[in-house]
Amino acid sequence: MDPSEGSIHVDEDDHDDLFVSAIDQSQSRQTSQGTLKSSNNTMEDLNTVGDEIDLGDDDELEEEEGKNENINRQEQVSGPQSMLIKVNPLENTNGGSMEPSGPLSDMSSLKATIDASCTSKHTSENVAYRPSGLDRRTAEIDFQSEESDTFLEIKVADPQKVGEGMGSYVSYKVSTRTNIPSFRKSNFSVSRRFSDFLGLREKLAEKHIHSGHIVPPPPEKDAVNNAKVIMSKDDSTSSSDFLEKRAASLTRFVNRIATHPVLKSDPNFREFLELESELPKAKSTSALSGAGVRRLFNRMGDTVSKITFRMDETDPWFEEKQHQIDILDQQLRKLQASVEGLIHFRKELTQSTGSFAKSAAMLGNCEEHTALSCALSQLAETHEKIEQLHADQTNSDFYHLSEPLRDYISLISVIKELFHQRVKVYQTWQHAQQMLNKKRQAKAHHDLAGKPNSQDQEEIVEWEAKVERGQQEFDQISGNIKSEVEKFEFDRVKDFKSTFIKYMESLLEDQQQLIKYWEAFLPEAKAIA
Amino acid sequence: MPSDDPTLAVDISDALSEKEKVKFTVHTKTNLPGFDKPEFSVVRLHEEFIWLHDTLAQDDEYCGFIIPPPPPRPDFDASREKLQKLGEGEGTMTKEEFNKTKQELEAEYLATFKKTVAMHEVFLQRLAAHPKFKNDVNFRIFLGYNDDLSVRGKNKKEKLVDLLSKYGKSADDLVLSNTQKDIDEFFEHQKVFLIEYHKHIKDCTSRADKMTRSHKNVASSYSRIGSDLIGLSTVDSNKLERYYAKNADCFEKARKSEERIASDEDLKLSDTLRYWMRETAAAKDLLYRRLRSLANYESANKNLDKARLRNRDVALAEDAQQKAGEKFESISKLAKQELQDFNSRRILFFRKNFVDLVELELKHAKAQVQLYKNCIASLKEELLD
Repeated sequence: MDPSEGSIHVDEDDHDDLFVSAIDQSQSRQTSQGTLKSSNNTMEDLNTVGDEIDLGDDDELEEEEGKNENINRQEQVSGPQSMLIKVNPLENTNGGSMEPSGPLSDMSSLKATIDASCTSKHTSENVAYRPSGLDRRTAEIDFQSEESDTFLEIKVADPQKVGEGMGSYVSYKVSTRTNIPSFRKSNFSVSRRFSDFLGLREKLAEKHIHSGHIVPPPPEKDAVNNAKVIMSKDDSTSSSDFLEKRAASLTRFVNRIATHPVLKSDPNFREFLELESELPKAKSTSALSGAGVRRLFNRMGDTVSKITFRMDETDPWFEEKQHQIDILDQQLRKLQASVEGLIHFRKELTQSTGSFAKSAAMLGNCEEHTALSCALSQLAETHEKIEQLHADQTNSDFYHLSEPLRDYISLISVIKELFHQRVKVYQTWQHAQQMLNKKRQAKAHHDLAGKPNSQDQEEIVEWEAKVERGQQEFDQISGNIKSEVEKFEFDRVKDFKSTFIKYMESLLEDQQQLIKYWEAFLPEAKAIA
Repeated sequence: MPSDDPTLAVDISDALSEKEKVKFTVHTKTNLPGFDKPEFSVVRLHEEFIWLHDTLAQDDEYCGFIIPPPPPRPDFDASREKLQKLGEGEGTMTKEEFNKTKQELEAEYLATFKKTVAMHEVFLQRLAAHPKFKNDVNFRIFLGYNDDLSVRGKNKKEKLVDLLSKYGKSADDLVLSNTQKDIDEFFEHQKVFLIEYHKHIKDCTSRADKMTRSHKNVASSYSRIGSDLIGLSTVDSNKLERYYAKNADCFEKARKSEERIASDEDLKLSDTLRYWMRETAAAKDLLYRRLRSLANYESANKNLDKARLRNRDVALAEDAQQKAGEKFESISKLAKQELQDFNSRRILFFRKNFVDLVELELKHAKAQVQLYKNCIASLKEELLD
């Protein structure tokens, strides 16, 4: 926070303006004010504060302000800790509740200092409060039992190129099998193109991210490979291989939605699965390409970490989880980078094996001794096969290791986005709280001056409702995120386990094949004589 | 072995690496006359091997033979660099990283060592097996003389002279091979073959080197993945902790195996090719010397004709012509034998190393199969939790 901001507002006479500007001008200030609250203040608490303020007259308040200003200046001199502290006196005069110590014993020491300094000066205004009315349970949810008798299975397959040239695209067959009665049939399929999947993702994200649901990230939009597929006339194996893999990741994507308790019932998803005709073209799906989304998420991730620091988490579950997710994210990215390195080097090995094979074949051609010439040609052939083996293994490195990791890194980005959303909801709630306090104060002002304003009461009621709604929303998003993240963790453990087994199996197969090739070459080597 | 069968068996029984030099213990076992004892060992440096090669190459008596190529200079630069890194990083590295780097270093050092010893041994064994060289005085001194031979490395000036004469020789070679007509079909054919062969085997060697290098890179990325997994095991959910550790362990073992494959390929494939690339070059040198002597012979003939025409110094020219003729004949005769020998030696050498290569490849691949099988089984146990 800019230190100058804190002191500027204090020399205003009009308190209302003071608070408006304090709230409106500095978002981060709101957050720091928020650090002191995050409560389920009962109305009684607030009234008490209001009464206390009623007792004071203008002069006293002004004096109070002056004192605060002094504190601000002192604190500014004293160093970076002042950043948060400056706002607190304002907060207190405003009747905001304080959190002196209480159940949140694991507060940062910084916070503790602030509390101490404020309590000593404004003891009378401190209001004890109980921590948030959030459901603090981090109950072990039995995710498996969620699967009841209904099922919804979706398969994305049969990539087909439609059209020619630049305007062409690839369409996939999306087949659904279900016994959920709200679907018209139990077995049906539609044709969808890649941008339709991105469009679906966009719609779901718009609707559900803000209430704390993990909307699965869309598969990578691999522009280079995609262009190759579109421009190629024949069905070359590499492009069809690419399309198969993409179909597999699309299958994973839709099934994540299908197994999600909330997303699976979304009308957009139903429409995506059932509508026989083409879906209306999604807008700006190109901006939604995997890389773009990831970049966006990354940026949000940064903001989240900044804001959450200010928010000073009151829920230990979130504090711990956010930290854990951040570290996990870092480590996974590191691992992913190492895997990319492996892929790079194995590609190099593939190439150099291939060029050695060619060179050995040439040497075999010019070798005069028949048996040695023959053995060299065989060696060349063996290395050609090994080249193919390395190429296949590079593919496995990618699809069994790199791709799943990348997938989880983008899922984590979504989770970070959810944390960010929660902070936003919290801010809205806190803003409403500020406004309510302000209105109450205004009313007290008017009442005291003998000029009661009928509008005041209406506004108070209005803001009370907003506060209530804000709190509800916050409780809801917090609860949703908890169960979502726990489900994510549960699935992740399962996924990781099978991922590595699959990868190890690919390595095993690779070596078994290698044995075959060398065993075939052994008699050739022995035949040199 | 019956004692009357003359043998000269040379091997390098031990080698010791000191700062800048490697000390090879050359062990000889023989019943040839002229040696004091039937079995003895001496300590030799790389420079002494080079000295031995150079004295052979300079000896006119051997110009009809393929001079065995000298062993390449021991190259421990990469290991030394890593050692330095290890020394610098000792304070900053975690114990795990330190041990890992140390292990990698040891493996690499051992591989380079093996390679160096093999190259030096091949040179000596080639001399010992050769009917002419095994009786060479310098070779015997090299094998038997107990003190060091106090050969010094070449100084810069000598190196420059060497380089210039090498260029002069190859320029001469080029001129000769284009102008000098060879009447002998055998040599003409060998020349074409060796030039072609040298070109391809050189290419093949560099590609094999590139292949082993990228193989080593693959191995070290396994190692990085292993450490990242260890990192994950410390921060991620408890449920996965053991799982990561098992995977990391598997990657680490796979790294060791892949690294060994890379160094075995280097030893058995790249170095075989490299050695024969050098032998081919040495054989090409022999052909050059023969061609040179043919050119000398022909110019001696011309000189003789001129001398006869002018009737001056005829006897001198005759003598020179006769000597050149004899020399050419003797080189041709020896060279023919040497080249035939070269071909049969090549076949045997390739056979042995290719068989070794395949057996090592199979051994490693089978070990890896076992490793992955065990790993998968152990990972599947975790699924039950």
